[in-house]
Amino acid sequence: MDKKLRVAVHKFSSCDGCQLAFLNAGEKLVELFELADVVHFAEAGIVDPDAPADLAFIEGSISTHEERERIRRIRENTRFLVPIGACATSGCLQALRNQADAARWFADVYSDLSKIDHLDTATPIAANVPVDMELWGCPVNTRQVMATVSSLLLGAPPRDENEKICMECKRKNIVCVMVAQGQHCMGPVTRTGCGVLCPGIGRDCYGCYGPAENINGDSWGRWFEQKGMPAERIARRFRYINSEAEAFREAGKRWREKS
Amino acid sequence: MAERRNFLPRSEFPRLLSELISAGYRCIGPRVRDGAIVYEPITGVEDLPQGIHDLQAPGQYGLEQTAEPRFFAWANGPQALRPLTFAGRDKLWTAERKADGSVEFAGESPQAEPVAVIGARACDLAALYIYDRHFMQGEHPDPWYTARRQKLFLIAVHCTHPSLNCFCASTGDGPRASYGYDLALSELDEGFLIEARSEKGERILAGLPVKKASAEQIETADREIEDAGRRQVKGVPSRNLKDVLFARLDHPRWNEVAQRCLSCTNCTLVCPTCFCHSENDVPSLDGSRSEHYREWDSCFTQRHSYIHGITIRPDTRTRYRQWLTHKVGSWHDQFGRSGCVGCGRCITWCPVGIDITEELAAICR
Ligand code: SF4
Ligand code: SF4
Ligand code: SF4
Ligand code: SF4
Repeated sequence: MDKKLRVAVHKFSSCDGCQLAFLNAGEKLVELFELADVVHFAEAGIVDPDAPADLAFIEGSISTHEERERIRRIRENTRFLVPIGACATSGCLQALRNQADAARWFADVYSDLSKIDHLDTATPIAANVPVDMELWGCPVNTRQVMATVSSLLLGAPPRDENEKICMECKRKNIVCVMVAQGQHCMGPVTRTGCGVLCPGIGRDCYGCYGPAENINGDSWGRWFEQKGMPAERIARRFRYINSEAEAFREAGKRWREKS
Repeated sequence: MAERRNFLPRSEFPRLLSELISAGYRCIGPRVRDGAIVYEPITGVEDLPQGIHDLQAPGQYGLEQTAEPRFFAWANGPQALRPLTFAGRDKLWTAERKADGSVEFAGESPQAEPVAVIGARACDLAALYIYDRHFMQGEHPDPWYTARRQKLFLIAVHCTHPSLNCFCASTGDGPRASYGYDLALSELDEGFLIEARSEKGERILAGLPVKKASAEQIETADREIEDAGRRQVKGVPSRNLKDVLFARLDHPRWNEVAQRCLSCTNCTLVCPTCFCHSENDVPSLDGSRSEHYREWDSCFTQRHSYIHGITIRPDTRTRYRQWLTHKVGSWHDQFGRSGCVGCGRCITWCPVGIDITEELAAICR
């Protein structure tokens, strides 16, 4: 490789936690800086937001007018664009305002609205510009981001980890908390990648990695409805961290209509 | 056969473990973890689930402590022999790029230590027979399976407490163990009837302070096993269902079950006869080194039927149908029998309680 891959890490409305998947990578981070040309990564002290890049990771959702303009410029300057984390893939918690009266929420929180640039919705990157792949999770982890970088460095398509959490649960011999304890585990509708953090410590998955492929949110909800869970609580399980992920959003809407 | 059975008093049961340990085996047995009976390393009889009963229903599993003396008064938990032979994930080989540009492949050489499994059930031993044929007795034996399998010392326990989801009597696989064990136990309140089936088993048995079992003990033990078969409430037709299933690929029931099925893979990953896996590579960041893994996969995933840009089974209807028509249908062509040994795990551990016996009854009616 004579020319190094130019990599950028951009931030939008988010908690900055996903960027830690890079910053906490230890030796791998050093290696990344050797193998690639990191052209923009403000949290690591490299600031050049308009630098053209071969690969850009995008953290955060689009919540302001400024962000809507900025993501368009980045798209134009980027060959392969990868939203990372729940904010960038499905709006995350700030997108809860999409289900509510956003104007009232802002008025309740801020005394002087004239100083606040905001859109009425917080939306995933893919709702604003075309994206090349997405890395899900709240937050994403080092294994995920580095697997993507190494695949792209080698010129191979990164693996889409779209299977359900349950598979990794079973490979790790974790006792199912839904069957053995009746917990409201979202593993059967949630995308793998976290390494089964929650069932691994005996609690239910709450879906922070977003929807897996081919989910059945109606059946998942019916199971708990039959056990007495109110429809509104079922709706909230889906319309939580990944509330704007299509499969969760639609399942949540159907449960909310029933409540 | 009956006169070959010996009696080991309950008070002497710890001797079985110490004999196994001094013969060099690591002991794996049932113990309670996270609300279920799992097969994990045990160091003494105090680790065994004494007095524990299990409560199983479709999509539900629970335990109950009683004051009873028995260690094995329950039916199978989430897993047993499967992960001990066919592991959830194995590294197969590593590739490394050398300084001169050549690539070197280094295969892992599978190592296994001698392991004694206490409490293998009939259904799991019947499943092991299928695994042995699939992984070990074909033209290309699997080195990982073979290494582990050959180091297993198996102590069966004939079942006396089937769960509500057990149906091994209808598949002909239980509740009495009949394949692959070195020793078999029948548990009575006062102790165990014990019989050896292999030379290894005879050697362990020779070190135990056994007495001759009384006719009454033998009769009680046999009756309890027979009752365990009779008490089972579920069942499947014992005939070959292949033709009937393949004639009903458009049955409306496939759509109905797809309304409930989560396509979550749990049924296949707890099934002691399912063997699907996928392989993938984990390269280092600079691409100089790559590790190649095999891991459990399932016909309920998208990639299972992904071929050259097309997913042949894109929806749950076709995935569930693939599972059932293979498991109890085309399995007959492959193995000369159904792939279901009646363990009931897919019913218990399905998060929404889908019941293979009900689905088969509806489709094959
Ligand atoms: S604990 Fe949750 S993720 Fe794990 S198998 Fe059960 S339902 Fe699936
Ligand atoms: S199909 Fe179900 S009942 Fe039959 S062997 Fe597999 S897990 Fe057990
Ligand atoms: S299926 Fe039969 S052999 Fe297996 S646990 Fe149940 S009763 Fe025992
Ligand atoms: S039958 Fe049950 S366990 Fe199997 S994939 Fe469907 S929901 Fe999951």
